[in-house]
Amino acid sequence: MFGATENRMTTAAGALSLGGILLFVGLAAIALLAQSRGGDAGPLFDAYLWRVTRFTLLQASLSTLISILFAIPVARALARQASFPGRIWVLRLMALPLGLPALVAALGLIEVWGRQGLLNTALAAAGLAQPISVYGLFGILTAHVFFNMPLAARLMLTGIERIPAEYWRTSPNLGMGPLATFRFIEWPAIRGLLPGIAGLIFMLCATSFTLVLTLGGGPAASTIEVAIYQALRFDFDPPRAIALSGLQVALTGALLILLKFVAPPPEEGETTGRAIRRFDGASGLSRLFDRIWLALAIAFVGVPLAAIAYSGAKADLLRLVREPAFHHALAMSTMIALLSATVSVVMTALMIRAERLALAPRRPRTAARLFAGAIDASTSFILLVPPVVLGAGWFLLLTPLGDVARFAPAVVIAINALMALPFVYRVLAPAMATHAVRTERLAASLGIGGFHRLRWIDWPALRRPLLMAFSFAMALSLGDLGAVALFGSEEMVTLPFLLYSRMASYRTADAAGLALMLGLVCLILTVLGTAGEEKPSEGRSA
Amino acid sequence: MSSSLYSKALSRLAIAAAALAAFSAHALAAEKTLTIYTYESFITEWGPGAKVAEAFEKECDCKVDYVGVADGVELLTRLKLEGEGSKADIVLGLDTNLVAEAKATGLFAPHGVDTAALKVPGGFSDDTFVPYDYGHFAVIYDTETMKNPPKSLKELVEGDPSQKIVIEDPRTSTPGLGLLLWVKSVYGDKAGEAWEKLKERVLTVTPGWSEAYGLFTKGEAPMVLSYTTSPAYHMVAENTDRYQAASFAEGHYIQIEVAGMTQKTKDPELARKFLAFMTGPEFQSIIPTTNWMLPVGATKEPLPDAFGKLVNPEKTFLLPSEEVAASRKAWIDEWLAAMSKN
Repeated sequence: MFGATENRMTTAAGALSLGGILLFVGLAAIALLAQSRGGDAGPLFDAYLWRVTRFTLLQASLSTLISILFAIPVARALARQASFPGRIWVLRLMALPLGLPALVAALGLIEVWGRQGLLNTALAAAGLAQPISVYGLFGILTAHVFFNMPLAARLMLTGIERIPAEYWRTSPNLGMGPLATFRFIEWPAIRGLLPGIAGLIFMLCATSFTLVLTLGGGPAASTIEVAIYQALRFDFDPPRAIALSGLQVALTGALLILLKFVAPPPEEGETTGRAIRRFDGASGLSRLFDRIWLALAIAFVGVPLAAIAYSGAKADLLRLVREPAFHHALAMSTMIALLSATVSVVMTALMIRAERLALAPRRPRTAARLFAGAIDASTSFILLVPPVVLGAGWFLLLTPLGDVARFAPAVVIAINALMALPFVYRVLAPAMATHAVRTERLAASLGIGGFHRLRWIDWPALRRPLLMAFSFAMALSLGDLGAVALFGSEEMVTLPFLLYSRMASYRTADAAGLALMLGLVCLILTVLGTAGEEKPSEGRSA
Repeated sequence: MSSSLYSKALSRLAIAAAALAAFSAHALAAEKTLTIYTYESFITEWGPGAKVAEAFEKECDCKVDYVGVADGVELLTRLKLEGEGSKADIVLGLDTNLVAEAKATGLFAPHGVDTAALKVPGGFSDDTFVPYDYGHFAVIYDTETMKNPPKSLKELVEGDPSQKIVIEDPRTSTPGLGLLLWVKSVYGDKAGEAWEKLKERVLTVTPGWSEAYGLFTKGEAPMVLSYTTSPAYHMVAENTDRYQAASFAEGHYIQIEVAGMTQKTKDPELARKFLAFMTGPEFQSIIPTTNWMLPVGATKEPLPDAFGKLVNPEKTFLLPSEEVAASRKAWIDEWLAAMSKN
């Protein structure tokens, strides 16, 4: 077979990435456990934890379900209506919530759904006295759908867009209506992605903390993550924090594995790579249906964002953008986001490739299967490891090396890169699988490998998913508050950090202004992430 | 634009590296360094940190070095994680609830500073920790939406459930724990029942002060749990009387912020000198309008008028730190049970 050296190198790099992740998490956990002085913390699983666990699973399941059900018609509408004006901005809008810190999003959502929000104001004007209360399960679900429906829709859309153009040429000839098209063409493409997307959203919601507490209305709405935070910070009980993290990984992990087994893998279709032209979605009814869903999605995501922007615009922006503290935070945030996104994308791409190589033989050896399984698992479960645990663990590991504040940026970059892995994986893995099926054998038989393959075959086809993954990872990192508060580094003032510190010293207007700035930076990133989207035919010529 | 930003970031890194090298060279020089661990907001640009350092450096012929972590709780966590190896000479920013736990680490040394002249409501004296400011917890209300604020904790608990309050979570935040102890001080064994009633008025329970205050200033609820000093900020910095503290007949629970010197400090004399300086007029004058807390000692000039308008509780509650440390878990469980009932 061709390119044995190249394959061996890819496998080695993938193994190295996997080993790095496991070491990074494992060392932190060991350091924290070694630190404990064996105090008696009482039983782990008491009535409180049982209730918290139940609520965690309930709200995460509902959030996931609603996000996905909402995302399917939205993704379909975006796929069918491929050329309406402003479509590209809708795609960008969908990637924006990712980059917002939870507190900013919560305050934006309050402007719409809160007691003084648009909805209740409108209802009051209509003569309804009793306000609709967002605080409770309803608020938590609203916030989670706000974050995750757009994410799901984006990921599904890329799946639908990978459907070979031949299908779309054939389906009208077969007289397929909208229902049949959905059932036989679109649904199989979406279905294959569902375990990955649902798993990702479930993890994000299960580990949600600020949103759950702020909008939950009371401690009956708490997640395991709250208990972990409490154990590590207020009670300073590292073994309990680790045990709770273990519980979180085990429980959610079991659910994810279940999900994987019930959903069949996607089918890949061969294509000559011609441009996609869909003939459906032009009828009046389809168009109306799509428009309603798009309008709903745009309003649901866009209005809270607009509220955030509006509050921000009222701040003294001119003064704010001239402040050295702002320049520093902007530079710091951008640098951290760039580096962590790069690390994340490169590592994930290598691991996906290595996973594929391991499973390439018709009957892979057990070791190879384990290796591939470990990559798959690590790219999912990493989200379940609380960043506070990683931060505290690495603080302990690095303290003996002297001034610990120096290491803060490196630790933040590493943690952010890890937390972005699941997103990057969900974007890249299906794209790379499709790409491999379509090009692998031909490229091998033509003897194209190494740099040439990267430049002429992989890059043109994978450019869009790579950019999208990169912009997702950057946005995530940008909105992250960082788990290095312990490090006491004065350099580590990022935009969200600056925002929180203004907020904590009564400067709410400044904080709103900074939220707007953060949103703008994210918007620039999503423009980067949709580069090449406007010419959908390009990049399919492989 | 972006390329200049990156190069700026890079150059900042280079400067940081150079500063680090310079710093280590500097440390070798004769000048002494005092390392103070504190919470982040103490050393932000509007915090008291820079002014305090400047004033002390004039007196001590030394250099003040801050290490800022998120908050008081994180401060103790960091100390516990570092143990004997900590570089801290002074730890500034623990509150009275953390004192017993902090002492239990064995990392602090008796201060030997005369604190007899200091004025803290309810009185506070300790051989290990020196107080530097205080504030009372209070319910802040919006005068535009609330004409009849509660006049007692009892009225808050039993009042109109449609008039909501935002509170903080005692599992994750200091003010949240403050309210828990306040209710405990007033209601004792009946605290659980009081919480069951108050629950009806609680709009939501946020993880920290910022979220709660953010919801309050957005107008989501007419009341929020904060400090008696909060209105001072709005009066001094924003020139508005809109937000006021409700004075409670039973009295208010106090938060006293303290500092201590470590057992392992390189220079006990310098550390002691700082603690004494901390109670003096230079330091005390900086505190009110930077930390938005009340001074424990004499200030150089009278406080701004706004401080005269603040609620001045007739009675102050403070549970002994040891009792808080021993019972916190049980009290939080009681709170959880009451607040989770349907």
